[in-house]
Amino acid sequence: MTAPTAEIEDQPADWASVRGGIGDRIFSGAALAAGLTILAALAGVFIFLLAKGATGFSKPAGVYGPHAESFLGYVFPLLVGTFTASIIALIIAVPLAFGIALVISHYAPKWLSAPVAFVIDLLAAVPSVVYGLWGAFFLAKKLVPMHDWLHATFGGWPILGALFGEPSTAGRTVLTAGIVLAIMILPIITAITREVFSRTPRLHEEAALALGATRWEMIRMTVFPYSRSGMVSAVMLGLGRALGETMAVTMVLSVGFDLSWNIIAQSSPTSIAANVALKYKERSADLLNVLVATGLVLFLLTFLVNFAARWVIGRSERRMAR
Amino acid sequence: MTTVQEVQERVHIPLVHPRLPRTAPVIVAGIAVALGLLLLVLGMGLVPAVVIAAVAHLVVLPLWSVFVEGRRGATDRMMTGLIWATFLVAVVPLVSLLWRVVAKGAGRIDGTFLSYSFFKTQVDQPVGIYHAIIGTLIITIGAAVISVPVGVMAAIYLVEYGKKNKLAKAITFLVDVMTGIPSIVAGLFAFAVFTLVFGPAYVSGFGGSVALSLLMIPIVVRATEEMLMLVPDDLREAAYALGTPKWKTIVRIVLPTALGGILTGITLATSRVIGETAPLLLIAGATDRTNMNPFDGAMTTLPVLIYGQNLRGDAPAEAIAWGAAFILIIIVMVLNLVARIVGKIFAPKKG
Repeated sequence: MTAPTAEIEDQPADWASVRGGIGDRIFSGAALAAGLTILAALAGVFIFLLAKGATGFSKPAGVYGPHAESFLGYVFPLLVGTFTASIIALIIAVPLAFGIALVISHYAPKWLSAPVAFVIDLLAAVPSVVYGLWGAFFLAKKLVPMHDWLHATFGGWPILGALFGEPSTAGRTVLTAGIVLAIMILPIITAITREVFSRTPRLHEEAALALGATRWEMIRMTVFPYSRSGMVSAVMLGLGRALGETMAVTMVLSVGFDLSWNIIAQSSPTSIAANVALKYKERSADLLNVLVATGLVLFLLTFLVNFAARWVIGRSERRMAR
Repeated sequence: MTTVQEVQERVHIPLVHPRLPRTAPVIVAGIAVALGLLLLVLGMGLVPAVVIAAVAHLVVLPLWSVFVEGRRGATDRMMTGLIWATFLVAVVPLVSLLWRVVAKGAGRIDGTFLSYSFFKTQVDQPVGIYHAIIGTLIITIGAAVISVPVGVMAAIYLVEYGKKNKLAKAITFLVDVMTGIPSIVAGLFAFAVFTLVFGPAYVSGFGGSVALSLLMIPIVVRATEEMLMLVPDDLREAAYALGTPKWKTIVRIVLPTALGGILTGITLATSRVIGETAPLLLIAGATDRTNMNPFDGAMTTLPVLIYGQNLRGDAPAEAIAWGAAFILIIIVMVLNLVARIVGKIFAPKKG
C-alpha cells in the first residue's frame, strides 16, 4: 500500500516542475540563497568579530587602561558587572513574569486576558533608550529612600549585610540598573511561559479539579510539571536578553572599578555591553580592538545561553509530540 | 444491624465545604483601601501607604479563609492575590514611564522642534530634531529593504522547500538563537565589517541599516514562517492540480493568503528595531546636520539623539531628550497600531 501512494504523491511535483522549468529553479534557488544568507550572517558575526578583535586579547599592558594590565583583568570586572545586573534582573523579573503568565493563561476571564497580554506587549514596545532615560532621570532619584531603607534594615545582617553596604546618594546603582533590566526582560519571559502554560492539556487540569483540588493546587499539580522545561528556557532567554542589554546599564549605572558585594554602592563595575557604548568614542585603534574582543566574549556568552535555552525547549517539544 | 443514622455518624463527610461569601475579596479590598487612605491622611508617603494596603489585603483574606475554608482554601486565596498582584506591579512602571514621557515631552513639541535640526546657521535659530527623524526613517527603511526579502525568502525556503530536512532544521534553530543576539554585538559586527573594508574612520547610515537588519531578519523569518504554515495544504494542492508551477503557486496563492500576517510581522519587526540605540552609536555616529545620504557620513537617529542629550545632562538638553522620546514612543505606538489594523484588513476571509 505504501509504495503506490508515494508514487502518486511524487507525480504532480515532477509534472509541475517540467512545466515550471526555469521559473521554479530560479525561485527555489533564491529561497535557498536567503536561507544560507542567514547562516552566513551568523558565521560572519563570529568571523568578523574575531578578525577585528583577535589582537585585542593580547595588547601591551598600557592599552587596558589604568585599572587592568591584561585582557583577563580588563574583562573580569565587566563580566562581574554584567552578571550582577542580570541576576538582580532575573530575581525580580522571573516571579513577576510567571505570575503574569498565569494571569493571562488561567486567572483572567477570557475578555480580560487579551488586554492584559497587550499591556505586557506594550512594555516590550518601549525603546530601550527611553527606559534608560526614565531610569536615569526619574527612577534613580525615587529609589534613593529605598536604598537607605535597605541599608538601615539589612545592613547589619550577617550575609545580606554585605549586599546592602554604604548606600548611594544618587541612586544610580547596580540595583537600580537591575530593576530597569527586569522591566525590560519581563515581556519575553512572560510571552514564552504563557505559551507553555496555555498548552497544558485541558484533561489534566479538569482531572485535578474533579479530584477536589483548588485552583492553585491544580496549577501546581498539572500546569507546572507540564511546562517545567518551557519555564527553564524562558528564564534562560531572559538571562540572554539581560546579559546583552546595553542602554539601561549605560545610562543608569555610575561606573566604578572596585569589585565589591555591595549592590547599592555609589559606583559599580559596568557591563560588557555598556562598556562598549561608553568607550567607543575614544576611537583609539588599540582600545577598539579590545572592545571588539570583549564584544566577542559577550557574543559567545549569549550565544551559549540562547543555544541552551532553545535546545531545552526543542527537546521538550519533541517529547510532547511523541 | 447498622442503621442509616449510624453510618452517617461514623462517616461524617459533608458534601460541600464552607466557603467565604462571593463578595469576600471585595470586602477585604475595601478594608485595605480604607486603611491605605487612613495612612495617607495620617501623613504617610504614597508608596508606603499603597504597599501596606496591598500587604494587608494579601494577609487578611487568607487569614479569614483559614478559619472558614481551612488551610488549602487559604493558600489558594493567597496565591490568587499574589498572582494578580504581579500584574499590577508590572503595570506601575509602564504607567509611570508613559506618564513621564508625555508630561515632560509633549510640552517641548512645536513646529520648530520638528522642522529644524541642531545645526545653527544663525545665533538665535531654534533647535529641533528634524535631522534625527530623517535619519531614523532612512536607516530603518534601509534595514527593512535588506531584511524583508531575505527574511521572507528564507521563510519560504523553510516552509515550502526545506520541508524539515536537516538544513531547514538547522536554519530554524539558528534563527531562534539569532533572535537573542545582543544589539551591541550587531553594532560591533557592522563596525568590524565596514572598518575592515573601508578604513578605520568609516561611519554611515547604511552601516546602521546592516546592523539593524541582523536584528530584524530573525523576527521577519519567524513571523513569515508561522503565517506560511497556517496556509492550508488544500490550497496548494488545488493549484498543483490545475497544473500551476510551484513558484507560481507560492507567489499567487500562498503569499496572498498569508499577506496580512506577514505585513503585521514586518511592521512589528520595524517597530522593534526603530528604537535601537547601541548599534547605531557605533557605526552610524551622530551629527548636528541633516544628512540625506545613507552611504556617506554620520547620520543621527532619534534614540542616538536621546542618548546624546542624556549625556550632556543640562536642562535644555533634558527637555530635548524627553521631547524626542515622546516622538519616538508615538512612532513606535503608531507602528504597533498599524500592524494590528493591517492584520485585521488582510486577514483571510472566512466562509
